[in-house]
Amino acid sequence: MKFIRKQVDKIKPNFEKGGKLYFLHSFFDAVETFLFVPNKVTQKGAHIRDAVDMKRTMIIVVMAMIPAFLFGVYNTGYQHALATGAALDFWSMIGYGLIKILPIFIVVYVVGLGIEIIFAQIRKHEVNEGFFVSGFLIPLIMPVDVPLWMVAVATAFAVIFGKEVFGGSGMNILNPALTARAFLFFAYPAFMSGDKVWIGGMLKGEGIIDGFSGATPMAQAAEGSTQFVNGAGNALSNWDMFLGIMPGSIGETSTLAILLGAVLLIATGVGSLRIMISVLAGGALMGIILNLFAINPYMELPWWNHFIIGGFAFGMVFMATDPVTASQTAKGKIIYGVLIGMLAILFRVLNPAFPEGMMLAILLMNVFAPLIDYYVVQGNINKRMKRFKHAKA
Amino acid sequence: MFSRKNLKLLTDPINKNNPITIQVLGICSALAVTVKLKPAFVMALSVVFVMAMSNVIISLLRKTIPNRIRIIVQLVVIAALVIIVDEILKAYVFDISKQLTVFVGLIITNCIIMGRLEAFALANKPWPSLLDGIGNAAGYGAILIIVAFFRELFGSGTIWNVQVIPDSFYELGYVNNGMFILPPMALIVVGVIIWVQRAKNPELQEEN
Repeated sequence: MKFIRKQVDKIKPNFEKGGKLYFLHSFFDAVETFLFVPNKVTQKGAHIRDAVDMKRTMIIVVMAMIPAFLFGVYNTGYQHALATGAALDFWSMIGYGLIKILPIFIVVYVVGLGIEIIFAQIRKHEVNEGFFVSGFLIPLIMPVDVPLWMVAVATAFAVIFGKEVFGGSGMNILNPALTARAFLFFAYPAFMSGDKVWIGGMLKGEGIIDGFSGATPMAQAAEGSTQFVNGAGNALSNWDMFLGIMPGSIGETSTLAILLGAVLLIATGVGSLRIMISVLAGGALMGIILNLFAINPYMELPWWNHFIIGGFAFGMVFMATDPVTASQTAKGKIIYGVLIGMLAILFRVLNPAFPEGMMLAILLMNVFAPLIDYYVVQGNINKRMKRFKHAKA
Repeated sequence: MFSRKNLKLLTDPINKNNPITIQVLGICSALAVTVKLKPAFVMALSVVFVMAMSNVIISLLRKTIPNRIRIIVQLVVIAALVIIVDEILKAYVFDISKQLTVFVGLIITNCIIMGRLEAFALANKPWPSLLDGIGNAAGYGAILIIVAFFRELFGSGTIWNVQVIPDSFYELGYVNNGMFILPPMALIVVGVIIWVQRAKNPELQEEN
């Protein structure tokens, strides 16, 4: 550790004002504060004596995603083994999953951080940690077989148009990770939807056994079946789907792993419990309404079943709670969450063009979040104004 | 004839006072007809014709038009010119006219044309009006063509219906970007043009 400190101190003068490499100073700052606790202290103004800074917050979110990531690695290998008829050997499944998933992570971080650093140099502000979370989220909501160059294009699009044009981390209107996914969904639909993209190697047909279907429970539900099966035709029990042993995007299948992450987010106060519960309540409400009408098999699907298929749980825990794009006020969070839940189920069941509604529901509500906050705040002002006038009169 | 003041009428709307990127007018047709370069080019030419002619005609009539019915007179002039354009397109380039569908007819409601008639032609002589009309239509057309260029290149892999992205790219796994076919991407491309333009001309940036 001392050795690194010495090396950093040695090259530091180059990056200070007047130094040769001054134009790279914010990049140097980012690396230095990543390695060591910064020694800059606040000199004046308000002081908060707490260890929670942006870096800590972001790392907790990343830690909360680790269970979903690990399960995604396992499930990728498992689904591939099932599809090729290979032996279900634990370590070879993990190995296959890592080979498939790690390159996506590397591409996302290289492209995303590269663009962030370039913008930070041009605009002369700090490189901040916002992208650590977005960069971890993007691979988890991709299909396994997505071509890497598409991931790179989508990440670049999300970072530039989802974030930097609005002024960087903390200023974005849309969730960058979902922007990346939405971009891919509309730009390259053949690689983002359908029955073949969810299982490694299936798009190219590498060694897939005959008659194996890669349809996700969501796709099966859209076709009107309520008894879901896995690729080999065996029935999926609700327990299987809760554990996440089914085809789907890399990190979204396991509700259990996502809930483990949710516990960490709630316990540390990083994720908003209010939003999660509101989303759940909204989803349940819309599910029950559809159950009451039930004119086709999808509408008859028990309402609680919606929570364990598709990306509902993942969106609820990691996407809807994004503190930058969600509503800020307490009342606003409830309205925001309930509408996300309701719209997600509504899109799912009633719109055949989009098999999964969670992504679009969250993006739509991201856009409306500032409006919701505005009216909540105005409502409060009006209420207090009335009380004030009443007291005066 | 071509004094500095008159030239300014011609060149200003192409960059610093562009109808689309600065005044943000005529956006709807910019989203609708820019999937391919060819229709966008024909659309740009049509707008140049309608705008220049209507500006001249209104400018000639400006002293005889009663103020209270001037909008109706303007609409009659524009509508007559648009119908001429529509008939010519149908007669000579039928398939492009089919691609442009209703948007040729909708030139009538293009806010840029009405805007120039109101703001310029009603108060100026025919010659400056002609230059102003051509300049504004060219500014509109230039943006249309830039947007269509990128949308056709990335959305269909062609330029002017000629394939420019080599087959070897497709064999390596390159896929055309479906998002560029959809209108939202046109809005984003226009946004990027505005971004670049304001970054290059600091005097266009608003204080906030």
